[in-house]
Amino acid sequence: MKLIVAIIRPDRLNEVLEALYRCEVRGLTVSRVLGHGGETERVETYRGTTVKVDLQEKVRLEIGVSEPFVVPTVNAILKSAHTGDVGDGKVFVLDVAQVYRIRTGEQNEAAVTPAEPVVSG
Amino acid sequence: MATINPADTAWMLVSTALVLLMTPALAFFYGGLVRNKNSLNTMMMSFVALGVVGVTWAVAAYSLAFSEGGPFLGGLANIGLQGVGTEAKGTIPHVLFMAYQATFAIITAALISGAVVERMRFGPYVAFISLWTLLVYAPVAHWVWGGGWLMTLGALDFAGGTVVHINAGVSALVAAVVLGFRKDYGRTAVIPHNVPFVLLGAGLLWFGWFGFNGGSALAANGLAALAFTNTFLAPTATLVVWTLLDYFRTGKATAVGGATGIVVGLVAVTPAAGFISPLSALILGAVAAFPSYFMIQLRSRTRIDDSLDVFAGHGVGGLTGALLTGVLAQKVWNPAGSDGLLFGNPHQLAVQALACLSAAAYAGIMTLVILKGLSLVVSLRAVPRIEGVGMDVSQHGEEAYASGEGSILVHPDVLAVEELSGVLVPATASAQ
Repeated sequence: MKLIVAIIRPDRLNEVLEALYRCEVRGLTVSRVLGHGGETERVETYRGTTVKVDLQEKVRLEIGVSEPFVVPTVNAILKSAHTGDVGDGKVFVLDVAQVYRIRTGEQNEAAVTPAEPVVSG
Repeated sequence: MATINPADTAWMLVSTALVLLMTPALAFFYGGLVRNKNSLNTMMMSFVALGVVGVTWAVAAYSLAFSEGGPFLGGLANIGLQGVGTEAKGTIPHVLFMAYQATFAIITAALISGAVVERMRFGPYVAFISLWTLLVYAPVAHWVWGGGWLMTLGALDFAGGTVVHINAGVSALVAAVVLGFRKDYGRTAVIPHNVPFVLLGAGLLWFGWFGFNGGSALAANGLAALAFTNTFLAPTATLVVWTLLDYFRTGKATAVGGATGIVVGLVAVTPAAGFISPLSALILGAVAAFPSYFMIQLRSRTRIDDSLDVFAGHGVGGLTGALLTGVLAQKVWNPAGSDGLLFGNPHQLAVQALACLSAAAYAGIMTLVILKGLSLVVSLRAVPRIEGVGMDVSQHGEEAYASGEGSILVHPDVLAVEELSGVLVPATASAQ
């Protein structure tokens, strides 16, 4: 059971989501964040004001997965978020002490396994 | 000897300003339809036409279009606006006629941008519209309005169905094919980032179009009133039909659809405005919705990324309008025009078709030549990486909706330094 945190470029988000969907990773959280990964600075000019955009827009993904999913998930992100330029982002894999699914109270592995679709009552 | 009529002059002064406003309106219409990261670039593609096409027009293109010449191209008599003074041209001052026609050239070039947004580099685009104005717009304007061969043949184009819309629409289609589709086209959802902008643009286009069509009478008279009224009526019918088509196809009346319907109605009535009855304008507007509507559906299933459907809106809309002019025109309403097919003159429809075909063929071929020529010198497209980042930041170094968060001032101006030192001096002094 791991928590995978990935910081990626906003313009790669669609590719990453597609890749995650392909390897059947369904549960994830996406947030827009600001950050800096050492990429070449971007300069913007508005009339007399010139600014250096130090913090770039990034997207942060948080994905809780069971062990068999860790490697496929990381590989999917590494492949799909890659452009080869500085600023592509990072993938962090963290140990998780406990996970609970709020709806059912399920714990740990059961809580990060996708819910069975309800077929009938 | 022609004399200047003050009433005509007053109306044409207003009309010129109205038509000029259509280019910023188009910027909003197009700007709303693209993604956030490309919205400034898209709007600038229209705005820059105000500059470069305006200059090109004054320096050379006006002369090539409107000074006396052969059947295919005007002469060089008015190069650099020589001989364009306050003397009468018709019943208005010559300079005013030149300025009025300039506003047409500007918006026509800007229309093409809708086919190449979100990927064409800004510099090559600017070069393209300058050359296009000289090599495509000016000759075609001469054919139809400047005493060229289509005018002699009796083709009816009141305010520019052929010269403006078929011309721009076909050029847009060719440009979209030459540039190729956007990297996200057909792969991820590319949807309008600001639909209110689209509605604002459509509304302002309609407002400006009263100068476009009403002003094409070149006088403040009954003909101007007819063209003005038809410009009001045709889009009302298109809007109703378009909305119904939307409703029956998707179950919803969409805002982007409504805005598009208005523009298509305006395009279609443009060649006909001063030749048909108001009732015919309603019919024309209603009929014009169908070909453009279904062309948009069809086009989006192809690999042709005419991103904002310039061909479906302006090419097909202009063609529908030009052909229907040959059907619905009545000499009763404009003795200077002709009767159309419905009023016993099928020949007019043939002339209209010939005018459409020749303008379309010329515009298509010349656009291909200009773009292929430019691509030998510069690359027309941004690389995929830059396309991903967006054209606002990459082409202009600005963002449409910048927050300023995380930005550092690079060159603090003199005032800021003085203010800062004002605060710092006492602090430093007390520390010593």
